[in-house]
Amino acid sequence: MTTATHRFIPPALALAVVAATSPLDTAAAQAVTAVGWGGAYGRAVQMGVNKPFTAETGIRVTVEDYNGGLAQIRAQVEADNIQWDVVDLEMADAVRGCDEGLLEPIDIATLPPGPDGTPAAEDFVAEGLSECGVGLIYWSTVYAYNAENMEGAKPTTIADFFDLETFPGRRGMRRIPQANLEFALMADGVPLDSIYAALDTPEGLDRAFRKLETIKDQVVWWEAGAQPPQMLADGEVVMSTAFNGRIFNAQMLEAQPLVIVWDGQLLDVNVLGIVAGTPRMEVAKRYLTFATTAEAQARIGSRISYSPARRSGSALVTTHVVTGLDMASHMPANPDNAARSVRYDWLWWADNQDELMVRFSAWLAR
Amino acid sequence: MSAGGRGRLRALGLVLPLLLFILVTFVAPLATMLVRSVHEPVVADALPATVAALAEWDGESPPPEAAYEAAARELAAAREDRTLGRVAGAVNRVRSGLRGVLTRSARSLGGVTEGPWRGVMEGIDDAWADPATWHAIRETGRRFTSRHYLNALDMRRLPDGSVARQPEERRIYLPLLRRTLMVSAAITVLCLLLGYPVAHLIAHAPERRANVLLALVLIPFWTSLLVRTTAWIVLLQTQGVINDVLVTLGLVGEDGRISMIYNMTGTVIAMTHVLLPFMVLPLYSVMRAIPRQYMNAASSLGATPAQAFLRVYWPQTLPGVGAGSLLVFILAIGYYITPALVGGSSGQLISNMVAYHMQTSLNWGLAAALGGILLAGVLVLYLVYDRLVGVERLSLG
Repeated sequence: MTTATHRFIPPALALAVVAATSPLDTAAAQAVTAVGWGGAYGRAVQMGVNKPFTAETGIRVTVEDYNGGLAQIRAQVEADNIQWDVVDLEMADAVRGCDEGLLEPIDIATLPPGPDGTPAAEDFVAEGLSECGVGLIYWSTVYAYNAENMEGAKPTTIADFFDLETFPGRRGMRRIPQANLEFALMADGVPLDSIYAALDTPEGLDRAFRKLETIKDQVVWWEAGAQPPQMLADGEVVMSTAFNGRIFNAQMLEAQPLVIVWDGQLLDVNVLGIVAGTPRMEVAKRYLTFATTAEAQARIGSRISYSPARRSGSALVTTHVVTGLDMASHMPANPDNAARSVRYDWLWWADNQDELMVRFSAWLAR
Repeated sequence: MSAGGRGRLRALGLVLPLLLFILVTFVAPLATMLVRSVHEPVVADALPATVAALAEWDGESPPPEAAYEAAARELAAAREDRTLGRVAGAVNRVRSGLRGVLTRSARSLGGVTEGPWRGVMEGIDDAWADPATWHAIRETGRRFTSRHYLNALDMRRLPDGSVARQPEERRIYLPLLRRTLMVSAAITVLCLLLGYPVAHLIAHAPERRANVLLALVLIPFWTSLLVRTTAWIVLLQTQGVINDVLVTLGLVGEDGRISMIYNMTGTVIAMTHVLLPFMVLPLYSVMRAIPRQYMNAASSLGATPAQAFLRVYWPQTLPGVGAGSLLVFILAIGYYITPALVGGSSGQLISNMVAYHMQTSLNWGLAAALGGILLAGVLVLYLVYDRLVGVERLSLG
């Protein structure tokens, strides 16, 4: 967008912006760097958040993609050379980054209420707020299969994923212990509400690894989120764990006959955080405030199947912007889909991931 | 000043930018990395009094009240100035579960102003009654530490100060290191076997044909690594092109499709392909300089083609063989994108663990120690090569 357009921002809007925060002329000259996950999700954020934000405020949004983790943020903060302003983070990273002083604490009271007037602190789902992170969307790890390659009975439960007798063939799983250990215990009959209590005991961990062992030689381990839909489409695996949005994208835009099994899905929240000490603090805060409104979250949710982290956002999501299909049945937080789900316990993983990654890698290599 | 001195100064001025560039982009990061592998001041900086109070502790009886008091005050202070996360992370790497203990304790200690501190802390979390917790703090409190190197060699320091091997299910780095060296050696040999005839063909072909052949080597070399790796996935996967052809020809049954990717085979094939140009190019440049007459002379003196090759041609190509092999081997031990994408569970290399500790676990000390070990390995290799062949005979083309 050129500077010429900025001068023609409707006066009322300009007034609102001036009233809301800082003077227009400084804002217009500024840009904010928003870091996200790229791919279909990145496009949804670009259309649903970044473009409307620039249209409303005149602040340019520079987009960068990353693959999660805190390494780059830590490097920038340590070198005192901050390039990133607002980052889309997994909750576990947001909490860890907050403890390490890499992220700016955010006062929830400064965020606007929902469209129905509910204060922000109550509008956000409880697990979508932390000291430095403001909830953006729900996503989940599910498993999916290709209907064309699945003759006869179809899998319906998480136990079916581990059932090689009824459903022979190779499975795709992500090459990290997270989610896989939870799925293994669910399939082994541990009640959904005591998965983490079981994982917290040595016996529970052994049990999870034993269950994984039963399918180990049939597993194709994946690394990047784009791999599972590809492997399912190619017939390389008969079923695979995956991020629900990636499967949705293949279903909607590539017309792949993929089917998600919601049973035992692992729900997690992604949050936005601000890199500590960024020189563009003011615009970063405005971006974060804008992006986490119910309307912006709903605009993401009508492009990719990630549920808004504000309660008031769900009602605003209706149909998919490209295909016009109803979104509700695709959303991870939809009550029908979430009936048998587990909330990813990032606190437990923060304590145990170093230890378990070593054990998991050693187990893989055996 | 003499003319010679001035000339030398001018020459120095010309190479100065390059020297500075190398210093800034290569020597400095390398040095920082090596320092990181033995120096971790996070805990010592944040909990100095606690570490000092633990210095005299016998390691078995409960630690002195002074340690409890110092820990309580310093943990709360670390929470205030937001260094707690890194302290907790460092301690958690020595004893799993302490990240939560430290962050929870610091939060609860915020409002407490009076002791007795031992009671207060043990009331917050049982872990404070466990000597292992204090051992972990004392261990991470050392500014200079061999912990990361021990860890990288699958060893650990016991509370009494002795060094022991990790329990079996935690040994990962040495087997991976061994595997990395074996795979890199195998890839080097494969590259040599495949690259030698190609380089020979190009070096001694008529110029026009040589240019075409050289382009065929260079075009993949210029193609994105990810594209080449993905191409191998398309070819090798069980529903891929090669398996489809084999099934169509009836060589294997529909159920007998061969697993050629997401395992070690895939890693070796894809990496050999990716690294092949690094073997072909040095060989080609050395071979081109070998006059054709030498081979003619050898056969006119009665040598069979095999003898002429082994005694005349091969020895002259050794500088190229050495250079190509060193290049391929060194690149192979540090490769991580290709094994990450096509390696599955059995094709992972040590570099994937370095990447994991850099990007995900943020255990930069351990990543640095693993890098230090790789670096030492390469230096040893270089010295051995120097002894056997002589570095001055190295020809990179």
